Amino acid sequence: MDRDRRAATQNILTIRNLRKTYGEKAAVAGISFEVRRGEIVGLLGSNGAGKTTTISMILGVLEPDAGSIQLEGAEMIPRNAPAVRRTNFAAVYAPLTGNLTVLQNLRVFGLLYGVEKLTERIEEVVREMGLERFRRVKCGVLSSGEQTRVALAKAMLNRPHLLLLDEPTASLDPVAAHEIRDQIRKFASADHGGVLWTSHNMLEVQEVCDRVLFLSQGKILLEGDPKALPRAHGKQTLEELFIAVSREAPEVEPE
Amino acid sequence: MTLLPPRPVLAIVLRYFYLLRGTPARWMPIFAWVAIDMVLWGYITKYLNTLVHSGGSFVPTLLGAVLFFDFFTRVIFGVTGVFLEDVWSRSFLNLFASPLTVSQYLIGLVVSGLVTSVMGLAVMIALATALFGLPFFSYGLMIAPFLLILFVFGVALGIAASAIVLRLGPSAEWFIWPVPAVVSPVAGVFYPISNLPVWLQWIGELLPPSYVFEGLRTIVAGGAVPWTALALSGGLALVYLVLACWLFQRVFRHAVRTGILARYSAETVG
Repeated sequence: MDRDRRAATQNILTIRNLRKTYGEKAAVAGISFEVRRGEIVGLLGSNGAGKTTTISMILGVLEPDAGSIQLEGAEMIPRNAPAVRRTNFAAVYAPLTGNLTVLQNLRVFGLLYGVEKLTERIEEVVREMGLERFRRVKCGVLSSGEQTRVALAKAMLNRPHLLLLDEPTASLDPVAAHEIRDQIRKFASADHGGVLWTSHNMLEVQEVCDRVLFLSQGKILLEGDPKALPRAHGKQTLEELFIAVSREAPEVEPE
Repeated sequence: MTLLPPRPVLAIVLRYFYLLRGTPARWMPIFAWVAIDMVLWGYITKYLNTLVHSGGSFVPTLLGAVLFFDFFTRVIFGVTGVFLEDVWSRSFLNLFASPLTVSQYLIGLVVSGLVTSVMGLAVMIALATALFGLPFFSYGLMIAPFLLILFVFGVALGIAASAIVLRLGPSAEWFIWPVPAVVSPVAGVFYPISNLPVWLQWIGELLPPSYVFEGLRTIVAGGAVPWTALALSGGLALVYLVLACWLFQRVFRHAVRTGILARYSAETVG
């Protein structure tokens, strides 16, 4: 896509009426939302709410039953390899090959994503994620926090326009989590990328996300500023609101 | 224009090279088993030569057949071995969330399998010629089409076996290991398929290796290369290759539709 056309659209990701059912159960029930340039959007919901299903469909590893997914105006269904090159992701359930070192994994994924000046770029992300000591260490012997940082380094490798993060800080200590949040904020503001972020840490969500979507039983029930939403729905904190939405409290109606 | 394959294909090949380089245990199936096979069958042929006093030698027929069949086996396991690395390390999500296409992935498996099977072939030829006097090089380039057909059919079986594991789940890898043993009796590796019952002969005639091994026996006996049979065999091998790629694509699409690919860790059929 040319620069002018890209500049013309503020939406990095546009989802319309996305649906996925397994038998009778709708895992994702016709949701629509956007992620704008430079924006960090939190996708919140209890286990089984449909967050990972949504992310899998955006990644192209799960075929939706209906709906459309557009990346900067380009349709992603059927699979659109040039558009996929502008995305990346990190998730706790997607470890990198344990028998490869950090550098080897990054080189392999750099080639997969067609990263230019790969050696230089690998050094940059290694530095940014504080992985200098682990360059030649096999990923399988790293601590879970260190593995998370390698996964994030891989996710940043191709300077994606859309970054999908499924609980990226789940296994990090508070200091490391703080550093990673800074990196992701920097990515969103300086690189003008869009981020779709799932987390069960409501304080983190409130600190990092510009906007949140509450997902329950495959539907978006609420959407808005994570700092303003709780009060607007008569709750003290985002966590209280999360619990209410997860239990589908009658006072929280879909917007 | 570059002669190098696309970068995603290089990534798959490079990843396997890294795995080989990092773990000596991965070299065992490439070198050790084929070397053991050559030594074992080399001494069996030597012993058989002492029992038969016709002046003939079992080395070209028996040891040669073992060498070609081991090459075929290495091709199957070369392709499936790279695929199984992804099963064991649960890499499908990371790989297929990238711009990697199924075709590029399959080409990567084949190139990696080619490299390891050629290395195994080199070891076998070195041992069989040095220790047991197998006259491999005296046949010159006429050997090439025989190897090529075995390679193409081995790739087809490797891709089809990988598709089965992708469809049925990680534990279905046990379907892969007996594949050469199942093919061997009906492909006439050690004897003409005319020795088999008629219904097994029909199956044998559908298998490209049966023409290869029959042709090898012919040239070892001093006959001409059976080009027509080889052409038929090569055509069959290509048909199986196309069918195997189609099967893998179809299973992959099913895995994307049903969500197996996104969470490939448990059996989904059972």
